[in-house]
Amino acid sequence: MSKYLLNKFLYTVDRDPELVERYRVDPVGTVAWWETERANVILNVPELERSTWLEFTDAEREALATHDYVTLFELGAHNFLTLTLFIAMFERDYDEPLGFQLEYARKLSHFSLPYPDIST
Amino acid sequence: MATVAAVIASTHHPFYYRASTSTGTDRPPFADEWVSKIEAFRETLTRARPDVLVMVGSDHFHQLWLDNMPQFLVGKAPFYDANFYNEEREFGLPRMFLRGHEELSAYLLRQGIDAGFDLSFSNELRIDHSITCPLITLRPQADLPIVPIYTNIFAPPMPQPKRFVELGRTIRQLVESWPSDARVAIIGTGHLSLELGGPRQFGPHGPDPEFDRKAVGWIASGDLESALAEVSLDSLWLPGNATHGFMDFMLMMGVAGDNVKADYSDSLDLFHTMEAYFTWYPEARK
Repeated sequence: MSKYLLNKFLYTVDRDPELVERYRVDPVGTVAWWETERANVILNVPELERSTWLEFTDAEREALATHDYVTLFELGAHNFLTLTLFIAMFERDYDEPLGFQLEYARKLSHFSLPYPDIST
Repeated sequence: MATVAAVIASTHHPFYYRASTSTGTDRPPFADEWVSKIEAFRETLTRARPDVLVMVGSDHFHQLWLDNMPQFLVGKAPFYDANFYNEEREFGLPRMFLRGHEELSAYLLRQGIDAGFDLSFSNELRIDHSITCPLITLRPQADLPIVPIYTNIFAPPMPQPKRFVELGRTIRQLVESWPSDARVAIIGTGHLSLELGGPRQFGPHGPDPEFDRKAVGWIASGDLESALAEVSLDSLWLPGNATHGFMDFMLMMGVAGDNVKADYSDSLDLFHTMEAYFTWYPEARK
């Protein structure tokens, strides 16, 4: 399991306004592009010196490609990163204040303590 | 030697700025009470006449990342830009520009390392809402130089709660030994029970009002013994999955001192999480 890479995807998309929109409208394409082009770039190192070993598991790739935040929670993606990015993408689709955040909570309501481990 | 003019601990609620500046139908019903509590809290810092602010907070995966994650980091830079695109996006927070106090940063780093804390440092740090929220509430003119101190309350493995307390005690001792006539306020923000990205998020109250009640009691009375006896890295998952931010409150209890009662304490029960505000005046006890 590559929780670190899930988090890296969420983190690098969330901080880039264009990528947030691209991931919202084309999750499958964005995840495929990101895994090929960006997954192995070390963030504070020249791109030439990239890593060679990082890849998603099938379950992780599928969860990201289907915007499945419930499965991301189950896989141990960092709760803050998932929440922040998904609010950026989907809060706008709800009329009521906090409508998306409350639906998000409801969809996770079958989880009890302890939650899936987010340690990396 | 420098004077600790005030020790201040509070929650940092990123929605305060928008709630307090909104008008008409956009203004939430709780905004007026919230603003009134914040203005009273702000007066507790103003009254202390500080020259420098040591600001304890925690980067929310903005600049600090899992490929190189410090546990405790002190900023040492002449200036700090502040707030990030995703904080403008989600909370409506403004971009800010803050002056640093490099001399005090250098002193805390050198003396802190020599006191047994292998502190990380940053010479180019962009500050996030864990530090700008208390500036907005306590010193909105943001006119004083700051020393930012970041703690890891976000990415396991984290330091033990007692280590936060010990760092707080050390920061207090170091500020008091700093050869300067400056008046220093030490301000830190954390959380009470808090859930982010989990099933208990954004409820009508914080996820664990019982924890909040106990925690407010520990802080207000300086009861570090009870807090340390009941709180562990494992136990903090239970009140809410982002409750490790309470360790920043514990750090501030270390700054304030064992069994030292807060001179000012207040709280506000809001949706999602409880707000709490505490101020100590060490000078008055000398």
